[in-house]
Amino acid sequence: MKLGFSAEDELFRQECADWLNAEMAGAFKDIKGITKLTASPERRKEWEQRLGEAKWGCIGWPEVWGGRNATLAQQVIFAEEYARAGVPGRVNHIGIELAGPTILAFGSEAQKQRFLPDIAAGKTIFCQGFSEPGAGSDLASVRTKGRLESGEWVVNGQKIWTSLAHISDWIFVVTRTEEGSKGPKGLTFLMMEIDQPGIDIRGITQINGDAEFNETFFTDARCPADSMIGAVGEGWKIAMGLLAFERGVSTLGQQMGFRNELDEVIAAAKANGAARDPLIRQRLAKAEIGLRLMRYGALRMLSATDHSKIDGAALTYKIQWATWRRSLGELAMDVLGQGGEVTEGNEYEWDTLPNLFLYSRADTIYGGTNQIQRNLIAERGLGMPREPRGDV
Amino acid sequence: MEFAFTEEQQMIGETARAFFAENATSDRTRKAMAADGIDRPLWKAFCEELGLSGIGIPESTGGAGLGLVELAIIAEAAGAQVAALPMLGSLALSAQAVASGGSAEQKAAYLPSLLSGEIIAGYVHDAALSAEGNSLTGAAGFVAHGGSAQLFVVTSNSGAWLVAADAPGVTVTVLTTMDQTRPYARVTLAGAQGEPLADPAVAIAAAHRAGFVSVAAEALGGAQACLDRTVAYARERVQFGRAIGSFQAYKHRLADMMIEIEQARSAVYWAACAVDEGSDEAELAVHAAKCFAADTYFMCAGNMIQLHGGIGFTWEHEAHLFFKRARAIQTMLGDGAWHREQIAVEILGEAA
Repeated sequence: MKLGFSAEDELFRQECADWLNAEMAGAFKDIKGITKLTASPERRKEWEQRLGEAKWGCIGWPEVWGGRNATLAQQVIFAEEYARAGVPGRVNHIGIELAGPTILAFGSEAQKQRFLPDIAAGKTIFCQGFSEPGAGSDLASVRTKGRLESGEWVVNGQKIWTSLAHISDWIFVVTRTEEGSKGPKGLTFLMMEIDQPGIDIRGITQINGDAEFNETFFTDARCPADSMIGAVGEGWKIAMGLLAFERGVSTLGQQMGFRNELDEVIAAAKANGAARDPLIRQRLAKAEIGLRLMRYGALRMLSATDHSKIDGAALTYKIQWATWRRSLGELAMDVLGQGGEVTEGNEYEWDTLPNLFLYSRADTIYGGTNQIQRNLIAERGLGMPREPRGDV
Repeated sequence: MEFAFTEEQQMIGETARAFFAENATSDRTRKAMAADGIDRPLWKAFCEELGLSGIGIPESTGGAGLGLVELAIIAEAAGAQVAALPMLGSLALSAQAVASGGSAEQKAAYLPSLLSGEIIAGYVHDAALSAEGNSLTGAAGFVAHGGSAQLFVVTSNSGAWLVAADAPGVTVTVLTTMDQTRPYARVTLAGAQGEPLADPAVAIAAAHRAGFVSVAAEALGGAQACLDRTVAYARERVQFGRAIGSFQAYKHRLADMMIEIEQARSAVYWAACAVDEGSDEAELAVHAAKCFAADTYFMCAGNMIQLHGGIGFTWEHEAHLFFKRARAIQTMLGDGAWHREQIAVEILGEAA
């Protein structure tokens, strides 16, 4: 049992850090330190292309598709150094983490050639069309319909929470293609070009005033028949396979962002004297402990070699980090006091900590709410009976 | 990334778990609870037959080598059965202090009998201890298994001594203790003669690190046992025509236990590994492990009683053994608030 990475991996870390720091000090200086996902979209698309050009876009992919065939450890290290260097989040994270791996695993040769090089090059930005107004936690109850009509798929319905759809080029959509089917049966996985008359995107303003999410409406939207991944009716299998790709590569990078947030809370507490309050001190210590345990939980998860076993660290990770971050947001506001409830200027825009307080309410909802997580943990991790399905 | 057990570590874990599951049975533990909180045959087997007592003590001083990771693996297994053994006071605290801060002569004189289990030592810490030369005056109220000890390792914040339990000036009063598997004694020193350990600072630091990690690992094992036993009950107990584990209110509490336990597991092995590797995170890690694992254990043991309903409140059921051990671990060797305050001092950059 060892805490750190190998010497070879540490050399790779240095290589990543050197390149990223040079870029952030050079041509992309203007985007360094941006944390808001919707800020400077055009420059960030350029950044995606810069990453692709230097082969840093999808390092875990095979070289033939524009990757570096990097090991899991190297991917984790790159994600960590990426965040440490203050590089803004990937606007194409859906493309590189979900769409690309899905195409790699389930796509045809033609689809691979069509999409993978462009995703790796930062030229094709993907978003994800899973959730619907009536299919949130119960993702399998999608109603958006797809039908084949003279060699084309025709899609009608509505998706919601399509993060960054307004700056994306393609969307993958889970559609119900078998009339009268229910639940996970009769679904098909389609990839659709967004720039067409049948697709309409409307932003959803969130509680923090930002609009990262969208509603996406499909009215006789079209894509070619061969835009389907897998076979007709295999949509659920593909969608679930896709969600399983996240094997923790981004965890340490994500935690680097959390580190910055906690450091900012600590600095604020020192600056305004809140750090003298014994209760605040206890909560700061708890936050520090929670963050450290996230790191070692992730390392346990990444060190696991037997993937057939239930991995407790992996199964509990989502609810752990989401709940930690929500608590950090509350602690930040208690440190700031009423000063955290006002912002300078006339715009409804918030600094990091008040924004964290607001935004982190979403963390315990998206990607499986805390309640769904607890069901999964009890059912998959502890073998408890499954929740019965209603028939409404 | 190798933050996972080696094959050897897995084997040690299997051996220890099998040993405690087979031998540290409820009947035997309860017999020990009615006496001085030590299952003597278990202690003898643990020290002599398995030779697990020397783990975490260098081979050069008669131990079995290895480090705190392996010590934690064993403490975790013992904690899962609430084994009635003086491991904490005698091995994790006292033997570690002697092995790290004792002179070569002291190691040779004391370690063999500590590791063989022939001598049981208690750990007496009194920050306000007064020492005139090696004549010690002070007291500690809560010395684990102190009533069974023949030897004490006595520490203040700066000094460390060995004191024989039957030396003049030493009074040991056994206290009726909530956790009967680890009864406390009040130890009073009135001008008792101590033999100073050669390097007290090193002895104290080693004892505290091993002590924090050891109780944290015990807590982890106990918490996991609370969850495992409650999960088994949730499957078999039927009310309203269904297994109670199918109710969401019940399931979610089980899930909450698992969430905390997984973090406690990371905490314990991070801390043990950080000490073994001499990492600069070690100090922070041992404080984090102690308070986090202790709180996890208490939460799980409390849930175990609640989720068992009435049967969980009976003396006959095992739940109270876990519950009482969990409470004791929360307060011994510094309570959670104290450990978190040590972390606050570090992260706020206030350390002297």
